[in-house]
Amino acid sequence: MANSNTTEVFEGKLTTRSRMRKFGLLLTGPGMLWLLVFLLLPTIFLLVMAFAQRGSYGTIDWTFSLDNVKKLLGYSSFGWSADNLLIIWRSFKIAVITTILCLVVGIPMAFWIGSHGKSMRTLLLALVMVPSCTNLVIRTYAWMILLGSQMPPTWIARFLGIIGENEALYPGTFAVYIGMVSCMLPFAVLPLYTSVERLDWGIVEAAKDLYAKPVRVFYHGILSQMMPGIVASVVLTLVPTLGMYVVSDLLGGAKYILIGNMIQQQFFGTALDWPFGAMLGIVLIISSVLSLVAFQKVGGKNFV
Amino acid sequence: MESVDLHINGIKKSFAGKEVLKGIEVTIKDGEFVTLLGPSGCGKTTLLRIIGGFAKADEGRVFLGNEDISKKSPDKRDINTVFQNYALFPHLNVYKNVAFGLKSKKVPKDEIDRRVQAMLELVNITDLASEMPSTLSGGQKQRVALARALVNEPDILLLDEPLSALDANLRKKLQVELREIQKKTDTTFIMVTHDQDEAIAVSDRILVMYKGKLVQDGTPEDVYEHPVNRFVATFMGECNILECEKVSDTCVKAAFGNLVVEKIPAWMADAGGKCCGGVAIRMEDIHVCTPGEHFENNVFHAKILERIFRGDYWELHADFGPLTLRVMTDPDQIYNPGDEVELYMEPQYLQVLSD
Repeated sequence: MANSNTTEVFEGKLTTRSRMRKFGLLLTGPGMLWLLVFLLLPTIFLLVMAFAQRGSYGTIDWTFSLDNVKKLLGYSSFGWSADNLLIIWRSFKIAVITTILCLVVGIPMAFWIGSHGKSMRTLLLALVMVPSCTNLVIRTYAWMILLGSQMPPTWIARFLGIIGENEALYPGTFAVYIGMVSCMLPFAVLPLYTSVERLDWGIVEAAKDLYAKPVRVFYHGILSQMMPGIVASVVLTLVPTLGMYVVSDLLGGAKYILIGNMIQQQFFGTALDWPFGAMLGIVLIISSVLSLVAFQKVGGKNFV
Repeated sequence: MESVDLHINGIKKSFAGKEVLKGIEVTIKDGEFVTLLGPSGCGKTTLLRIIGGFAKADEGRVFLGNEDISKKSPDKRDINTVFQNYALFPHLNVYKNVAFGLKSKKVPKDEIDRRVQAMLELVNITDLASEMPSTLSGGQKQRVALARALVNEPDILLLDEPLSALDANLRKKLQVELREIQKKTDTTFIMVTHDQDEAIAVSDRILVMYKGKLVQDGTPEDVYEHPVNRFVATFMGECNILECEKVSDTCVKAAFGNLVVEKIPAWMADAGGKCCGGVAIRMEDIHVCTPGEHFENNVFHAKILERIFRGDYWELHADFGPLTLRVMTDPDQIYNPGDEVELYMEPQYLQVLSD
């Protein structure tokens, strides 16, 4: 290996490794500072606040205790209730199912886009991105109308017997999933498309040549190569859906509270309990990180 | 083991209206090392893919022994392929890559282990068994790809430009090994290449392809010494081509005088007196006469124009008046530009070409 003081040519300039390291520090400095001030410090503040108390009239009372942990687990002056844990569990379930739905829809879509000519691909990718240019709230309101009781999707669902004669698709679980998937799909498709574009079809042929049945060909020939794209796709879908509250709030109806809605209530809503909101925020951060690590361990271990 | 020859009967194939294979007809015997040689776009890879089952021929059939395999998918053929750029599974280690085919066929575990180990030994990569493909060098990947295909004990092994991505020294070394492995496993090897040196070095038989046709089929010596046409003559190495007219059955008229050749094939006589493809002579087959040497015919006076050092030989450019020929001489024979020399072309080295 090169000694830190041997001279090297980098970008046409004669330099040494140690000098390059200093220069690199200078370049990354502003970004580091930004992250320190606007990410790391607020997170630490949040962590500290999570163990403080709600004062009267929604102020923060800086006496530290584990009360918020107890509250999170459902203990209050009225005894124990499972509500909070159920909300967290439901948030998880929705995020995971949304992510899976995005993959199930996104992978064929990525292949479909990839099967077109070059200029058509660019157009299709642009079309995939176009909805993201509209405000999420407006898009969600559009779904409210579209899935309402007077609209064809509801008639079809009634005709097929999926919902009862007097029900509508909105508000409900189905509407929440529609809203979530349509919101996250562009972010899921892009990394998937990139990995489809880079597929080495020789490996697919090799699997066929080596007597693999279709499922085995798909797993070893295609999925194995797409894994980096799938990992990226899952990260980009799972983390935002865990914290999303606009979609569930608007499309789910009053009974559809997720962890995101709960946090919103603590900070801006009726509850006005910032410390408990901070505790919920910490839970959200930790669960996002944990679910990603778990995914890497389970799904990615054979590939990454 | 019963002998299984590969019969290719009238294979035709077009892509987007362009005919890439124009009726290929050939039999490859069991245990042969055959090379499909030709420039890019000659159809050699397409033919290989049709044999492997990765492409369907528009017309014609492929027989393995007595069995028509034309309509069988790749996984139903006792043929395995070493792909260009290796196509190793990136998420499996070397051992699992090699075991892949046997695992697909649900061979018992202890047998898989025995066969994989034996194969790793044969291609000399036993110590790499637990490495991932991304950590291997090009030569090592090539060995894994070879082992992965051969472990299935196919009747025929197809190799698609297997050595083209490797550097010259390693390529030479692997050529020798490929040949040894072929003899040891007694498997038919069909290799595609555009490198005539490689084809000559490894093959029992070379099939030269050009523009979708099989233009010559013979041993490396045959194809090199007796090219049938202008394309094969120039493709198989440095070569002088003389435009000639036929004088008699054993004599042609070149621009600088009459040349005595070995008997012109009868089928060439009807070309209106012209030897349509001219006459080819390799640069190493033109002899520079030393003083006192005497030959009955085919001796011509020429003047040296230029001398180029090529390492193991000198290349002379000799001026014959109307045309310039290239001549190879030993490093110890020194001729300088301006020297007047007598050059002798032995009739047996003058190859009459068909077009």
